[in-house]
Formats: sequence, C-alpha cells, structure tokens
Amino acid sequence: MNWKELTKGIWAENPIFVIMLGCCPALAVSTSMANAIGMGIAATFVLIGSNLIISLIRAGVPDKIRIPVYIVVIATFVTMVDKFMAAFTPALSEKLGIFIPLIVVNCIILGRAEAFANKNTPLDSILDAIGMGLGFTIALSLIATFREVLGEGKFFGIPVPLVRNDPCLLMIMAPGGFFVFGLLMAWKRHMAAGGAK
Amino acid sequence: MTGGIFSIFIVAIFIENFVLNQILGICPFVGVSNKIDSAVGMGLAVTFVMVLAGAVTWSIQEFFLVPFRLEYLQTLSFILVIAALVQFVEMVIKKTVPTLYQALGVYLPLITTNCAVLGVALLNVRKNYSLVESAVNSLGGGLGFFFALILMAGIRERLEVADTPVAMRGAPITFITAGLMAIAFYGFAGLV
Repeated sequence: MNWKELTKGIWAENPIFVIMLGCCPALAVSTSMANAIGMGIAATFVLIGSNLIISLIRAGVPDKIRIPVYIVVIATFVTMVDKFMAAFTPALSEKLGIFIPLIVVNCIILGRAEAFANKNTPLDSILDAIGMGLGFTIALSLIATFREVLGEGKFFGIPVPLVRNDPCLLMIMAPGGFFVFGLLMAWKRHMAAGGAK
Repeated sequence: MTGGIFSIFIVAIFIENFVLNQILGICPFVGVSNKIDSAVGMGLAVTFVMVLAGAVTWSIQEFFLVPFRLEYLQTLSFILVIAALVQFVEMVIKKTVPTLYQALGVYLPLITTNCAVLGVALLNVRKNYSLVESAVNSLGGGLGFFFALILMAGIRERLEVADTPVAMRGAPITFITAGLMAIAFYGFAGLV
C-alpha cells in the first residue's frame, strides 16, 4: 500500500487549489455544504470507478484511441451517478442540475485518468482517486463554508448566530464564489510558500 | 418564454453570461485570458464549436434519443458527438482555411473538455428549445464567452504590470477580477 498516493491529493496536490482542475463545479455548486458534499461524493465515485476501470484495461487500449475510450468509461459512470441521484436524492439532484452530467468534462477526472491511472496499478489508482476525490470534496466544503455562512447565515442548514438575520446575498451568487475561491487560493499559496511574511 | 429569438440571444450573451453568471467554462477563461490575441482565437473557436454542437446535439436528442427512448444515453452521446465534432472541425479547417487553422489550431483540442459546450447542449434540451432557439442560444452563449474572455484578457494585460501581492499573482487575482466583473454584469439584468 502506498499511502502517499492517498494523501497527496488532499493538500500537496489538491486538485482545486493547486493544480486548478475542475473549477467550474467548485464555484457553481459551492453555495451550501449539502450541495458541496453531494457534488464531492458524486465526483469521487466517478473518479474511483473510472480510475479503476482505466488502470485495468490500459494494456488493451491502443494509444491512439485512449482518450475517446476514457471518455466513454467516464460518461458511463457519470450516467450511473446521475440516474442514481435522480432516483434517491431528487432534491439534491434538482439543485445540482446540469453540473452532475457535467462531471464528464470535469478536468480532474480525465486528468487523473491520463496522468495517473494510465500508468499505475489498479490499487494505486484507487488510492489516487480516493485522495483526489477527498481533496476535491474538502476544497468544495471549504468554499461552501464561507459562502453558506456569509450568504445565507446558515451552516448545514442550521442558522448561525450573528449573521443569521443579515446575510450577504452576494456570497451565494456567482461573484461570491469567485471572491472566496480567489482568496482561498491565495491563502493556500501563501501557506505553501512558507507562511507569514 | 419571455418572447422571441432576439431576447434569447441577448439573455445568453449578457444576462446569463456563461462564464460570469452560469459559471461554465472557467478553466479556459482563466487559462487562456492572459493575452488578447489568444483570447480572440479561443473565443472564436469556442463560439464556432458551440453553435455546431448546439444544432447537432439538438438533432440527436430529437431524432434519435427521444424516438428510441434512449434518453439515458444523453450524456454519453453528447460528449462523444462533441469530441467527434471538434476533431472534424479541426480537419476541415486544416484543409480549407489554413490561415484560420494556424490561428485556432492549438485551441481546438481543448474545447472538448470546455464545460460551456456540453453545458449549452444540455441546457438547450432542459429548456425545451426548438432547433432555431437552440442555435441562437448557443451562438449567444459562445459570444458571451468570447466577450467575457476578451474583457478579462484586456484587464489582465494591465494587471501584469500592477503591484499585486505575490500570493495573489496569476490565478487568484483573476478570480477576484472575475467576481467584480460578475457584479458589473448584474447591471444587465434589467435589459430584457
């Protein structure tokens, strides 16, 4: 077991803040914790499934057509998640809207398929997928924490004292997402560069 | 429906701008907006592919998926069609207009994973648009992307020489700027 494959996705190679992949869902669905975690689980499931299948079939796939093959594998898992969520969590599915089918073009998934699962064993690929999925979920939740608390005065739907009567609506709209994301990314870089200065 | 093709067009460009309001296509928006030249190339290529993809995916949904009750293949078929379309466009342009190919060439392969393209195809279906409405919505969406990208490239060329804190340079300051632009774009909300 190579635990480094698991942990690198969470901080050092966090897909959102460091490699900057998959920003669209990170900004669009991070308006509340429930949405962020739902999206995180959906994307993690797709990542694990596609990484596993691709690392299993990589020897049999001709190099020239590998990208279309990856896309078919990924799209299959996305369709499964999409239908599953529509059936079991209709309210969440409604809220996330087109961003569930859009997991197909989430660069994290194709990026990991190409950069990792294509070259490594199935076990390492699953660990990589879980780590990247966790990193994605954590990043989304972090953005959502700020946006839900400041924008709605709630956290996981529970009113937060001080801000609950006077939420700043802008934070749950598109500009709030851009601001929080930009500031968090700057903070991550500042920390990575050695902190206080 | 708030009346007419023209309002769909205006709404798609300004009010529901794909980048600044719907938050689609952020990766190319941040990745390719550091120079005006490349922003123009990317914007044109995306607009072109979006209109084609909008029309083709609409036809597939209407004439193939719905009659054969295969709606669950929507995501899979749309992304494959878009990928094939991008390849096809690349080959046609390369053969017929080499100068245009030189300008757009490097951006074309990136478009397959631009979520604005798949996004517009899915939105057209969800909003029950007709073929013409889909095409107009896709054109508006593409132009909106083009517009936002060029504005951002213009601002970023200035930001290059500005005295930005080290940690904020590059992507973070671009996001903050995009947020300010998004607020400005809410001003268009009363247009239609």
